[in-house]
Amino acid sequence: MTEKKTLKRFASVFLASSLIVGALAGCSSSEEEKTSSSGGSSSSDGDSSEVIKIGANLELSGSVASYGSSIGKGAELAVEEINAAGGIDGKQIELVKVDNKSENSEATNAAIKLATQDKVTAMIAPATSGNVIATAQIANQYKIPTVTASGTAPNVTENEDGSINDYVFRTCFIDPFQGIVAANFATELGAKNVAIYADNSSDYAKGLAASFKQQIEANGGKVVAEEAYVAKDVDFKSTLTNLKSKNPEFIFIPGYYEEVGLIVKQARELGIDVPLMGADGWDSPTLVELAGKDALNNTFITNHYSSQDPDKTIQGFVEAFQGKFNEAPNAFHALGYDTVYFIADAIKRAGSTDGEAIQKALAETTDLSLITGTFSVDEKHNPVKSATVLEYVDGNQKFNSKVNP
Amino acid sequence: MKKSKAFWGFLVLALVIYAVVQGMISGGMLDLYYQNILIQMCINIMLAVSLHIVIGITGQFSIGHAGFMAVGAYISAIATMKLGLPLIVAIILGAVISALAGLLVGIPTLRLKGDYLAIATLGFAEIIRIMFLNVEYVGGAAGMVVTNLTTWTYAFVGVVITILVIANFTNSRHGRGCISIREDEIAADAMGINTTYYKVVAFTIGSFFAGVAGAIYAHNFFIIQPTTFNFLKSFDILIYVVLGGLGSLSGSVIAAIFLTLVSAYLANFPETRMIIYSVVLIIVMLYRPTGLMGTKEITSLFKFGKKGGSKV
Amino acid sequence: MEWLQQLVNGISLGSIYALIALGYTMVYGIIKLINFAHGDVFMLGAFIGFYAIARWDLGFIPALIISMLLCAIIGVIIERVAYKRLRNATRIAALITAIGVSLLIEYTVIFFRGASPEAYPEVLANKSISILGASISTQSIMILAVTIVLMILLQFIVHKTKIGKAMRAVSHDADAARLMGINVDNTISATFAIGSALAGAAGVIFGIYYTRIDPLMGVLPGLKAFVAAVLGGIGSIPGAMVGGLVLGVVETIVSAIGYSLWRDAAAFVILILILILKPSGIFGKNAREKV
Repeated sequence: MTEKKTLKRFASVFLASSLIVGALAGCSSSEEEKTSSSGGSSSSDGDSSEVIKIGANLELSGSVASYGSSIGKGAELAVEEINAAGGIDGKQIELVKVDNKSENSEATNAAIKLATQDKVTAMIAPATSGNVIATAQIANQYKIPTVTASGTAPNVTENEDGSINDYVFRTCFIDPFQGIVAANFATELGAKNVAIYADNSSDYAKGLAASFKQQIEANGGKVVAEEAYVAKDVDFKSTLTNLKSKNPEFIFIPGYYEEVGLIVKQARELGIDVPLMGADGWDSPTLVELAGKDALNNTFITNHYSSQDPDKTIQGFVEAFQGKFNEAPNAFHALGYDTVYFIADAIKRAGSTDGEAIQKALAETTDLSLITGTFSVDEKHNPVKSATVLEYVDGNQKFNSKVNP
Repeated sequence: MKKSKAFWGFLVLALVIYAVVQGMISGGMLDLYYQNILIQMCINIMLAVSLHIVIGITGQFSIGHAGFMAVGAYISAIATMKLGLPLIVAIILGAVISALAGLLVGIPTLRLKGDYLAIATLGFAEIIRIMFLNVEYVGGAAGMVVTNLTTWTYAFVGVVITILVIANFTNSRHGRGCISIREDEIAADAMGINTTYYKVVAFTIGSFFAGVAGAIYAHNFFIIQPTTFNFLKSFDILIYVVLGGLGSLSGSVIAAIFLTLVSAYLANFPETRMIIYSVVLIIVMLYRPTGLMGTKEITSLFKFGKKGGSKV
Repeated sequence: MEWLQQLVNGISLGSIYALIALGYTMVYGIIKLINFAHGDVFMLGAFIGFYAIARWDLGFIPALIISMLLCAIIGVIIERVAYKRLRNATRIAALITAIGVSLLIEYTVIFFRGASPEAYPEVLANKSISILGASISTQSIMILAVTIVLMILLQFIVHKTKIGKAMRAVSHDADAARLMGINVDNTISATFAIGSALAGAAGVIFGIYYTRIDPLMGVLPGLKAFVAAVLGGIGSIPGAMVGGLVLGVVETIVSAIGYSLWRDAAAFVILILILILKPSGIFGKNAREKV
């Protein structure tokens, strides 16, 4: 008797949960169809001649969900534009998004799923370097060209033993470059005693900090203090108080805008008024809101481009993005957008959806002009592009100088 | 007599499952996607069963299991990547160090009870994670790149050994001691059972197999990073055990399989994945507060039979 | 006067932990549930306050009150829908449900507005006052003032009002309280309402002080507040206050001496030491177990 009752209950549980699952899935997929960004795995593989599937293995949930979903938005916009303009050689692009929960194991799973189930032509790799590494071998094994929008660690494309991950490319700078540019800039400003305050939970920030330190010491400067914080921290005052007592003339703060905005604000509150500098991770309209216009004065960043550049293509992108998502683009949005164009350009030049042909085309990319700069791909699969130093003046980015690699 | 029958029954069943799956892999019926899901399933089963011995059998509320998984993962990765040892040695090394860590953590904390124990184990797991975060030798925050060496065979053998050891432990004198602590610690104490000893033993065995799972995990996903092993991972493992039914080994196994499949299936709905997952979790708990398998009154024979039914 | 500065930093951080910890401790005191969704109510409070200030142009106090009211309602809904059925189930089942509710809140918010962070508008003029060489912002004084006012209010409710008496009675022995004619269900709901309102207030204050809010902001402060509550002796209201402040100051000191990366580890080491030396926390009652 009781067993029957529990069975009944059990059935109702499953019924209820499957109903909810269905409802949620239904509402999400209808939305996806509208934006034509994702079709899930339902579409058959036979029609691959008409659409080109690009997989997007992104952090849509979990600790770095804001980076992954930003790249996803940029990619969506690019796909929409390409499709509206007739696609690649008449073929429409279909973006297949998969969530990797910001975990490297899930990133591997997602890459395997995209490769074997969805049979994508190319992949957009995760936002963080660790998660890209978790997908690299799958990309090589299945010969699926993979491009990361923001995986900046050198070992994403180049293994420890010096071999190159054949099928992995990137749209962003590698870490050492921006650190060197920032260090030279500090020396130009006449700063001798500098401090570094880096995000220790991010290999991106640590990479920048290491190359900055090396270069500044080569320039004859001295690092008087090296402090670190962890992503998601909100209170930096104790460390900043500590930094202040060392009297640095310049502070390098590699990290992402979410924390940096607060650091800049709190630093100014504590009366630290020396120049602060960061890299492309700072680039977001949210930074200005977080830190406040006044606090941002006398801060500098190295970046790919300036969203306030009057250039027509850049302003066209900013406007289109704002029109679609009702927010101003940040660096992740722009890089995600460019990643799709980078892949699309290679597919076009390859003239086929064959992985090897696209890989070759990606590696041969020269002087491709995109929002985040004009670049060629070097033998280590890194884009060679110039960095722009921008200064924040009353909340606006002002062009300061351009540095060629 | 009955016990050994169950033992051989399980072993035969395991062999049959292995043969069938291996056959399907060799026959090309299971591509990498399904193989990967199977390996993941095995890792999750090991984690669930190794926590089951702590929470389900001994009744000690630990929410720091991911910490021991991290020890297993990092130690085995150091063994293969830095010292060049073979994988099997690395797994054993990782598991042994992880068991030692369990012993070290267990001795002071297992005197605590209930929620205080929970928060203390969670604290230790976070301390372990922060240690790995600050050690440059293992890559710090960037993590450590690990060669993919795990195969389905390693993972499955790991599961079989884990289940065999823990099932036998439960039925042994030690296991009975642990169960008596779960039922009533004061009464067990009064009966002359050395409660601290049994708790530490169970905790150490649990840590050992969490270490095995961690080692296999590390060699399957190309890179390990400290963030992987945060308290949310511990919660995931806890969910397997509770969803399966506290005290039910087969329940832990089934819940681990069920949730791995749910998770893999939900990858098709990236935007709503976590919402659906949490709703499923809440509904199952609301309607089955004792977990899928319910209570612990399942005989060991029935347990193994049940497990086989759901496996393939 | 660097140390004075650091102390002020620590107390500001600690008061926020304390406000969140109060909700944890009250709920725990009454139904022995570790309500992991509490950190997410805190996040919702921050967002409600944000929309009240940024979209409807309300001032700080109205935003604070709206956020507290809505969070109280949300808290009661969560209790009625998710926890009430499980009151007689094992506590661990309720805990898993709480984890589920926590994930549900987080990802529903992400589904509707995305995961990107939001910057709180500046509603309170932020000036720095220099006292003995330490620069203390008016905001930290405000945080402390609001926290103290709320805590006094809470002490008043718990000790001087009828509902407070009912809460204490239920937390002491729910069955006996029911026999004495106390409506246990309503008392538990009231506890959730008060605890969630405090979390909502903490959310708004957090937003104003630290500026950045995002859908996952509740996870870490939620965990820290739980640690604070255990540190002080879970179930004890003064314990939650002291635990929060101790945690805030300890974290600040560890960062100040240059070990900011070990900060979280230090917090846990202290927690474990206190638990081992005094297993029921600083203010916890050492309940004898009945056989």
